[in-house]
Amino acid sequence: MEPIIKLEDFRRTYRNGSLEVHAVRGVTLSIYPGEFVAIMGASGSGKSTMMNTVGCLDRPTSGKYVLDGVEIASLNRDELADLRNRKLGFVFQGFNLLSRTSALENVELPMLYSRPAVSARLQRDRALKALGLVGLADRADHFPNQLSGGQQQRVAIARALVNEPRVLLADEPTGNLDSRTSVEVMGVFQKLNEQGITIVMVTHELDIASFAKRKIVMRDGVVRTDETVAHRSNADEAIAVLEAEQKAVHLA
Amino acid sequence: MFAIFKTALRAIRRNILRSFLTMLGIIVGISAVIVGVSMGAGAKAEVDKQIASMGNNLLIIFSGNMSRGGVRGGFGMSPTLTDRDYETLRREVQGLAGISPEVRTSAQVAAGNQNTQVSIWGVSADYADIRSWKFQSGDNFTELDVQAANKVCLLGKTTATALFGEGIDPVGQIVRIKNVPFTVVGWLAAKGANAFGSDQDDCILMPYTSAMKRLSGDTKFRAFNVQFASAEVLTEVTNQIAAILRQNHQITPDREDDFSIRSQQEMSDFANASNRIMTLLIGAFAGISLVVGGIGIMNIMLVSVTERTREIGIRLAVGARARDVLRQFLTEAVLLSVVGGALGIGTGYWLAPLLTKFAGFPTLISNSSVILAFSVSAIIGVVFGFFPALKAANLDPIEALRYE
Repeated sequence: MEPIIKLEDFRRTYRNGSLEVHAVRGVTLSIYPGEFVAIMGASGSGKSTMMNTVGCLDRPTSGKYVLDGVEIASLNRDELADLRNRKLGFVFQGFNLLSRTSALENVELPMLYSRPAVSARLQRDRALKALGLVGLADRADHFPNQLSGGQQQRVAIARALVNEPRVLLADEPTGNLDSRTSVEVMGVFQKLNEQGITIVMVTHELDIASFAKRKIVMRDGVVRTDETVAHRSNADEAIAVLEAEQKAVHLA
Repeated sequence: MFAIFKTALRAIRRNILRSFLTMLGIIVGISAVIVGVSMGAGAKAEVDKQIASMGNNLLIIFSGNMSRGGVRGGFGMSPTLTDRDYETLRREVQGLAGISPEVRTSAQVAAGNQNTQVSIWGVSADYADIRSWKFQSGDNFTELDVQAANKVCLLGKTTATALFGEGIDPVGQIVRIKNVPFTVVGWLAAKGANAFGSDQDDCILMPYTSAMKRLSGDTKFRAFNVQFASAEVLTEVTNQIAAILRQNHQITPDREDDFSIRSQQEMSDFANASNRIMTLLIGAFAGISLVVGGIGIMNIMLVSVTERTREIGIRLAVGARARDVLRQFLTEAVLLSVVGGALGIGTGYWLAPLLTKFAGFPTLISNSSVILAFSVSAIIGVVFGFFPALKAANLDPIEALRYE
């Protein structure tokens, strides 16, 4: 099977005045369809830089990045935008929903930039379907400020899924959420992954990473460990445990 | 396209007060354009109406050279046009519909116990036709009256009113001019003020022979009034007249003419010159305020781009291309300026009649000025919205997403 994401000796160097900052210094890895990868590392480890490139928001300084068979180093700004639109879905730590814009319209956003153009009717149908997938079909006309953090993140996930991307990229998706909601979001991810969606997630929380199938740890711009998650958490079970704990606290 | 429009509308509505204040510059500018152009057009329509009241296909040949510096306006001071010129022109110029000499004098006129100071015009029988005079009652004097220098005259409305009272038909009455009794044969219908503001109806017309022999003693004419047959022959008639007069006056090519030929078009241009200056001036002010308004739009769009950096980042991340972002912000700027323009046009429509009502300025709002104003406001949106939109489109998606 061909990898969907293939990095070969990927390097990214920033120039800060006369100072050269080597954010990523030689990463080679392949991610295959159906994987659920957690990328961990302290701040400054290069994981965000790598995610920016994987997300086609940035280009490698040297080395190769092949996304779904397309070498991106040679693409221009518009071609990268097109790739992001068709093949990638983004979920951010801060949700990044458009304020004063309904959940439905937020989910429709990527389709505004799809080519060929998607009819308004089809946009609506697909957005509603994506909202259904994350269990928010009944909140379609709510504005972000009327939704809880977990609900906002699920709207963001629906937005990421609406164009049926090859890969879902999540940058600290639980960073702004409490532990219960975090587990719920992981539940959504696991369910999507079971349906065959490839997920790459950056996190610095070990227990969140344990919901993934594969864990990559970065330090100082290189991959330190790359291993299968041994004792994988199941979101449904974790929620049951959390509820039991809560009940116990209640009784005591 | 509809989605872009909707997004732009939402962004404008979100800051409704700010959007309105931004538009205010455009509103003021565009309404100034509308009012200014309507004042110019209104004044021009008025002048054109007055020029048209002089008659159709009219040429006036003045004694003296009006274009010569220093003696401008000195026509009639030392008349150069003679009886011989009149006869030659009448006989030889092709394409004439009518010709009348013109002498003018001013005198105290009395009838009964009333008297008034009046301009007296000595003209031929063609004159009433040439100058489109209509008769309220009575009729024109005849060619025979001219030949015999009969003591007959036509009274203008104002003069008739002064001498005989409002609405009283003076035909058949006697008026005494310099103690010479003249019989009133015609009562002229009112024309109103001419392009230069004087009352055309305060006059007495009579055969030029009568005026010259019995009143002024002049032997030369101050002007000829010529009506040419149709617009096509204007140039030809003008050339023929100039040639004949030069020959009669023995003017060699190296000397200046001692007469000047003015067409109605030239008179209208002359009368409109001051209107044009006024229109230009208002146009300049309107232009300045439009530029200021445009800068206002640019300023607020730059603020908006900065405020919405994160939104731009999100759009870029989900696949918006640079041109999508450019188009969105450009649409917003154009929408601001076009809505401002529409409000400005509305304000102009509302102000122009007020100006007529309270300041007595004639105004005329033309469709072309509305189209002009609207196009200008759209262009302002594009021109002043382009730079902020370009700034938005060129944002780096990573930086934009990180922007707090």
